[in-house]
Amino acid sequence: MGWYHKRLAKSIWVFHVSASPCNNCDIEILDLLTPRYDVERFGIKLVGSIRHADVLLVSGIFNQKVGPRVQQIYAQAPKPCFVVGIGTCPASGCCFKDSYNISKNIKDIIPIDLYIPGCPPKPENMIEGIVKLVEVLNGKE
Amino acid sequence: MRPEYLFYLLVFPGLLFTGMLGLVVGWVDRKVSARFQFRVGPPFLQNFNDFFKLLGKETIITKEAVASLFISAPFIAFAMIVLVSAMIGTAMFFGSSFGGDILVVMYLLMLYSVMIILGGASTGNVYASMGAGREIKLLIADELAFILVCLVAVVKSGYTLKLHEIISFQNDNGAFIGSASGIIAFVVGILCIQAKMTLPPFHIPEAETELVEGPLMEYSGPPLAFWKLSHLMMWVTFPFLLILLFWGGFTLSGLGILWAILKYLLIVVVMIIIKNTNPRVRIDTALNFFWKYAAPLALIALILAVLGA
Repeated sequence: MGWYHKRLAKSIWVFHVSASPCNNCDIEILDLLTPRYDVERFGIKLVGSIRHADVLLVSGIFNQKVGPRVQQIYAQAPKPCFVVGIGTCPASGCCFKDSYNISKNIKDIIPIDLYIPGCPPKPENMIEGIVKLVEVLNGKE
Repeated sequence: MRPEYLFYLLVFPGLLFTGMLGLVVGWVDRKVSARFQFRVGPPFLQNFNDFFKLLGKETIITKEAVASLFISAPFIAFAMIVLVSAMIGTAMFFGSSFGGDILVVMYLLMLYSVMIILGGASTGNVYASMGAGREIKLLIADELAFILVCLVAVVKSGYTLKLHEIISFQNDNGAFIGSASGIIAFVVGILCIQAKMTLPPFHIPEAETELVEGPLMEYSGPPLAFWKLSHLMMWVTFPFLLILLFWGGFTLSGLGILWAILKYLLIVVVMIIIKNTNPRVRIDTALNFFWKYAAPLALIALILAVLGA
């Protein structure tokens, strides 16, 4: 994967996309940025603008209203850009999977590279997931 | 043009030296700020990784943007900072003139702010335009006090505008910081620098929580990398300017090297402490502060300097 991906792996700037979540995962993401877990040790930084982002943290269930918006946000992000699905909702739909208004095929909306399941996942789980993404970027399987 | 000017500009006090030192001092800033918040903080090479990562990202130009201005603004601003650091560094380390005096330094530092305004306003983004507008107001606020502070050093060194003559005057007659007017101007100078670098409490144009980085919001890839690099290089340029004007420059022999590093780190740490202990002020509070308190104080220092104190 080369020299550039090693730099990318050490400087991941994350952008938080709330795709109609129940807010539980978002609170856990904010926990991740507090002094107790301090992900700045790994060079991870929360940015406010999509143009600065390397990784999109998507949380929540994609319904027909929010789906196009998420697609638009992904199109606005500069590539190379990775998408991490936080929580059970992007992975399987959780308890909302039989609702009338959800998008059936999330993969058509946004290509998710990594799923971190859990309802909500613990901050330790998310750090483990990011470490796996970093390992893939560094060329290890 | 003499051939060593190219070396001054591109290698030693200029681009390479200031860029490297800026990236390292950026790490000091982040690490000390992290310790303030009881965190561990980023690793040593973090800013290098950030810079090289941004160089490889895609550059997006929005449909509403004025593309030529949008792309050229960060590079012109970067060139300004390289030129200023070469001028200040040549006077500090070699004791010779690079061809510019203190007026050129003041103009170039102001042009850097103008480039931020042009770059932010050319993106076509509402938040970026608001950030650019606030940058104009901040420039109006801090510019008068900054010019008065620079004039104090000019008056005290016997009305010379040349940077290396200000240093040699201090080497003969003692640093200006030892006198009443010098210490007042030095303190006001640190506050002006805080505003010029848009650090907290004066990060009104960038205001992460309301304007999401303000003028830099639409920038991505290499232009953003150069904005970040020029901002980090200001961590070198401005403290060097203050040391040059009031603290007698550097003597690079024996214990002088240690003393030089201590002087520089002291100013940087004071700036980081101000940055971490103050919340953002409103734009009217900043204008009040600079026009009602800082500028009159600098004027008093200037009058004292003229009277010889």
